Amino acid sequence: MDLLLGAVVLGVLLGCFYAAVSVGLSVSFGLLDVPHVAHPAFLVLASYGVFQLNESYDIDPLLAGLVITPLFFLFGLLAYRVYYETFERRGSDAGVRGIAFFFGIAFIIEVLIIMQFGVDQRSVTATYIGKSWRFGEFRIPIRQLVAFAVALGLTVLLAVYLSKTFMGRAIRAVAQDEEALRLMGANPVRIKQFAFGIATAVLGIAGALLIIVAPVEPTLDRAYIGRTFCVVVMAGLGSISGTLIAAIILGVAESIVLTMFGASWAPAISFAMLLAVLAVRPQGLLGR
Amino acid sequence: MKRRTFLGGAMAVAVVGQGSRALAQQPPIKIGMSMPQTGGLAGGGKASLLGIEIWRDDINAKGGLLGRKVELVVYDDKSSASETPAIYSKLVDVDKVDLLFAPYATVPTAPIMPFVKQRGLLLMGNFSFQVNSKVGHDMWFNNAPWGPADSWAASFIDLAQKAGGKNMALLAADQEFAQNLALTARDVAKKRNVPVVFDQSYPPNTVEFASIIRGLKAAKPDIVYVASYPPDSAGILRAVNEIGIGDDVKVFGGGMVGLQFAAVMGNLGSLLNGVVNYNTWLPEPSMYHAGTKEFFEVYTKRAVEAKVDPLGYYLAPYGYAMGQMIDAAVNATKSLDQKGLAKYLRENEHKTIVGPIAFSADGEWKESATVQAQFRGVVDKDIEQFRKPGKQVILYPDKLKTGTLVSPFEAARK
Repeated sequence: MDLLLGAVVLGVLLGCFYAAVSVGLSVSFGLLDVPHVAHPAFLVLASYGVFQLNESYDIDPLLAGLVITPLFFLFGLLAYRVYYETFERRGSDAGVRGIAFFFGIAFIIEVLIIMQFGVDQRSVTATYIGKSWRFGEFRIPIRQLVAFAVALGLTVLLAVYLSKTFMGRAIRAVAQDEEALRLMGANPVRIKQFAFGIATAVLGIAGALLIIVAPVEPTLDRAYIGRTFCVVVMAGLGSISGTLIAAIILGVAESIVLTMFGASWAPAISFAMLLAVLAVRPQGLLGR
Repeated sequence: MKRRTFLGGAMAVAVVGQGSRALAQQPPIKIGMSMPQTGGLAGGGKASLLGIEIWRDDINAKGGLLGRKVELVVYDDKSSASETPAIYSKLVDVDKVDLLFAPYATVPTAPIMPFVKQRGLLLMGNFSFQVNSKVGHDMWFNNAPWGPADSWAASFIDLAQKAGGKNMALLAADQEFAQNLALTARDVAKKRNVPVVFDQSYPPNTVEFASIIRGLKAAKPDIVYVASYPPDSAGILRAVNEIGIGDDVKVFGGGMVGLQFAAVMGNLGSLLNGVVNYNTWLPEPSMYHAGTKEFFEVYTKRAVEAKVDPLGYYLAPYGYAMGQMIDAAVNATKSLDQKGLAKYLRENEHKTIVGPIAFSADGEWKESATVQAQFRGVVDKDIEQFRKPGKQVILYPDKLKTGTLVSPFEAARK
């Protein structure tokens, strides 16, 4: 029983971390309909940025994540503008060509990281990494608690931003009916560009969490493509709160399987759950 | 008289000139290989390649092989087993290389074994484990010091049993190398009547190991044998540090790849203390041979420029040794005939910078020189500490031993 309870607790923590690394994709893919397969590559790039600041200036990884967030916002603005001008503006086959575009960006990022940092694993140091809190016999890694708290805060903040602020509502509006927004005199492309900037900026913090949870290496993005898309689709496209719920469900399921049944089955869990959700509720857990 | 001397001299110069031009015009000897330059094995692959490149530069400075320059033809296999069959076909049929070196590691090497056997090609193995056990290719020679298949696991379990270990937990990555290692560990445990109380394989790309370690700890093992690949080893050790592994554990480690690489060792720092793990070369007095010191002097300088493992202990000297063995075989047989080279390699002992190497019929070392070493007194954020002896105390084999086991594991970590 203790083992099961522990697995659930660790699973919730892991799930919130999954939410943090997926929530940006929920905006870019879920709301804006951009086939952003380079999302995990942006995430790994952010981790290397955090590593560099931590290594060179001994800055706390979370603080380093905050420092690079504005840079990532600008990077997001630029990436979307290039994508829009090159593909989206040109018409109906933007989807497939867009996927190729973002795959290309992902490969370029991977190569740039290798050129700059080499191929070895990199990790950061902080007082909360490598230690745990003890509750009787049960121990929780502090880095996971930190990731949990920050991920939860990040997800809630983004959900509030999208539902309560003027710009957030505009982003939701452009996701629902771009043409109607245009008729009201707004510029949907600029709103989408801004939203993509936000989705990318969030990765500054998510990248910090990634390297806090585990060491990173240049090709780590490949491990996260499946997981992040699974969470976003299972959540219901564009649903931030759904992303949190789906990620926690995924984290708990993985943790229980890893602890109780056999680690080999863990990767199958995410895709089995995705199939199950889509079979029962094709729009996702909290989809429109 | 003077005219005759002049003419004679002129003719001699012309003949020598012709000869040296003929030598210079000889095509280079091409050695082909794939090597992980990206992906999870790239750290090792790059260091291994640098070791081979240092040998190439040394041999070319001495005039090459058979008077011909040595040229390396290298492709990136991206650490992937699916890439290597096509690469080796290309090396043989398109690039027309003269000799083949295997890529670093088991996973990329395994799929090319049937191909080289079918074509009757000599393949110098590069740190793969048991890839020839089913194929049975008689022209395969592994540079890694594993020795007989079960010696790796047996040496670890021996140490653990002497420390009072009576049952074992086995945690292995779900891929070729780790599974082969786990298989031998299970066999050895069975022969020694050591029950396996936890036996799990985890998939590549596992993010978090805390849950697995909790499950392992609940089984209350007193020997923990881990067969992991570089991306996972750090995650496992971190989780062990945070979750705890239990006071029953006498010895922890065994087959963790990655704990030999400077970047991972630097990242983990003091978390390494107490772990008993396999290794190939360590800066202990018993491990120096003719040329070892000089090799590392060159490697240390070139590693900085090449942005590869600054220590390079694990693979690089064995890459160099692979070249030394080819050098010896080509010089002895005065040819590039693959069957002749294989015969020479099989029948002779070879002096290398990692010590003398003699092969069994299966192409593995006759005698294991794989060490089991315990990390001691490691501090955080200091790569240079690993250049000194004493940080990885050699417990096995006896001829290389530099200390005794500190057990149980929790006590050894302090």
